[in-house]
Amino acid sequence: MNAPQQGFKERADAELKNAVLKIAIDRTTGNAERKRAVAVAAFPEFQAARARGRAIKDHVIAHLDHYLEMFERNATAAGATVHWASDDAEARAIITRICLEADAKLVTRAKSMLGEEIGLPHALADAGIERVETDLAEHIIQLAGERPSHIVWPAMHRTREQVAILFKEAHHPPPAADDPATMVQSARRELRAKFLGADVGISGANFLVADTGATCTVTNEGNAELTTTPPRIHIVTAGIEKLVPSTAHAFALLRLLVRSATGGEMTQYTTFHCGPKRPGDADGPEEMHIVLVDNGRTRMLADEFRPMLRCIRCGACMNHCVVYRQIGGHAYGGTYPGPMGAVLTPVLDGLAQSRDLPHACTMNGRCAEVCPVEIPLPTLLRAWRTRSWRERLEPRSVRAALGLWAMAARRPWLYRLGSRIGVRALRLFGRRGWIGSLPLVGGWTAYRDLPRPSGRTFMEQYRAGQAGRAGQTGREARK
Amino acid sequence: MSAKSNPRVGLFLTCLVDAIRPGIGFAAIQLLEEAGCRVEVPQAQTCCGQPALNSGDDKDAADLARRTIAAFEGHDYVVLPSGSCAGTMVHAYPELLAGDPEWAARARDLAARAHEITSFLVDVMGYRPQGRRLDATATYHDSCAGLRELGIAAQPRALLASVEGLEMRGLEGNDVCCGFGGTFCVKYSSISNAIVTEKAEAVERTGADLLLSGDLGCLMNMAGKLHRRGAKTRCFHTIEVVAGRAGGPAIGEEG
Repeated sequence: MNAPQQGFKERADAELKNAVLKIAIDRTTGNAERKRAVAVAAFPEFQAARARGRAIKDHVIAHLDHYLEMFERNATAAGATVHWASDDAEARAIITRICLEADAKLVTRAKSMLGEEIGLPHALADAGIERVETDLAEHIIQLAGERPSHIVWPAMHRTREQVAILFKEAHHPPPAADDPATMVQSARRELRAKFLGADVGISGANFLVADTGATCTVTNEGNAELTTTPPRIHIVTAGIEKLVPSTAHAFALLRLLVRSATGGEMTQYTTFHCGPKRPGDADGPEEMHIVLVDNGRTRMLADEFRPMLRCIRCGACMNHCVVYRQIGGHAYGGTYPGPMGAVLTPVLDGLAQSRDLPHACTMNGRCAEVCPVEIPLPTLLRAWRTRSWRERLEPRSVRAALGLWAMAARRPWLYRLGSRIGVRALRLFGRRGWIGSLPLVGGWTAYRDLPRPSGRTFMEQYRAGQAGRAGQTGREARK
Repeated sequence: MSAKSNPRVGLFLTCLVDAIRPGIGFAAIQLLEEAGCRVEVPQAQTCCGQPALNSGDDKDAADLARRTIAAFEGHDYVVLPSGSCAGTMVHAYPELLAGDPEWAARARDLAARAHEITSFLVDVMGYRPQGRRLDATATYHDSCAGLRELGIAAQPRALLASVEGLEMRGLEGNDVCCGFGGTFCVKYSSISNAIVTEKAEAVERTGADLLLSGDLGCLMNMAGKLHRRGAKTRCFHTIEVVAGRAGGPAIGEEG
């Protein structure tokens, strides 16, 4: 959705030139990496917890129909209304209708990547409803007119110096100083009135608890509680993969989620919302709606991307990704960036729109190493490459070159001949050991020198040596 | 693992070693023989198929997997001076050929016999070099495929620790990708450049004379960047140093 006009490479190149972005990325991901490492080191059962987390998710995915029905039954019994959306358009229509029927003028929203995925911000604007983002980072990008660049820290692409400028322009009165505490106070003052005046509060869910019908949100700011409690109507939007059998399972996954995301042991706020306000409750919404969104997820159930449904959206994969740490989140062009985004975006936006994403990866495996639910991200990225090849989405020049190479590689004599010619040809370029510029691999020599081959291939030298050692193994089987 | 005495080892060279730096292949033969192996270099070998595999061309990758399996069927072990190509044999071949009744078992059999050279020397052969000396400081980059697909980290360090006079210095981000990624470095060259620039900066900060690693692709990427930056760091494959061949030209030097 809202795919930017430029291609991935152009966006990435633009971001690579942005020195301030790099400072912002390094600060946030560097911190996240360090804190996660400390948290994992202090949690000896981490590997066991990881295996359990994976097992919980796999179990739910294997019995999704069962747990979805159980959740609907229990949420309905608790007084909530459950809606089913098969895609983003249906989800937007359901949410907009609820807001319009309630005659809502002002909607507050707690951070939810699913809301971004279904295009909720635009849908609300199109319906003429004022939307106020209550998460501090979401507040920042709403003021800047941007999309999230990270699934945990949506405004991580902005330095606090940039945020200070933004707040000075947008806040009335502007913050008195540039230090983080004063700026947070200013945002708090700005948002407080909106919290209390909103007609509808929309949140996401980190977990949907099947046996109680509760939804769970975790935040460090408390904004989710202020978004979901004061307004007359609370709408939860959640992907169907957020299900867990019970509260205990939610906590098992929380131990992984929080450590992997921020390096904390617990978030400041962990809230279970179970139905609307009941008689005798001091506060709470009069209506609670839960919109369960499929949007490609059941399709993933049936194909090789099924393990991706385990994802608990911690962001560790992007924090540890060498590509993400150079280009940031916006360059990916989809809702979700980084390795998990490179797997999900082709599901959501189509492979033809996003074929660069699974290819723009060095396959170094660090993402899978830190994933708290053991998603084999490189394997899934490779699966997209396979599809891309089968669907003939790769450029003709790449297909032709690889075809030629594979033809030679099937014929050892030809391959060796090609290598012999190749190393001699390479020696025509460059001097004193290095090649500074070379046609066809300009991508290499634009940035680095290429070592000049030493002249004869190993096989040539080896066979010459073997021939010298008369009668030895020089004439080995040639196929 | 218990080693056969005097095992028959097939050396899989890798395309880059064959073309760019044959000396790594000869260092491999030397070390394997020192460790008590009979080394053969099957002439039917070409490429392990990684370029096809990483481009999504599974058909060509599977074809090359079958050819490689056939070429090494008679050997007790298949040893490679590359964690990346070894990882392809160990993990990708059995997956690629899992649905092929004729080849699935043969792929698993090769996977069980295939080893990256430093891990083979240390874990299988219990080898340590004798009487090697190199008065230099060096730092080591853990190439990703070897590290994460095969768990290679301690073995090269154990071999290097046996080289007298060699002082190892820690590399910040030693387990972070250098940005090579096979065709990635050409297809997404500007991103690759940003990654390898950070790697080169970290290497330069160590002040070490030598940068060592176990995969020629990564080494060419890092050496090429270091040279473009004017750094004096000399780059070698780990086994060149272990084999006592670091007196010769480093990557990009002419002898």
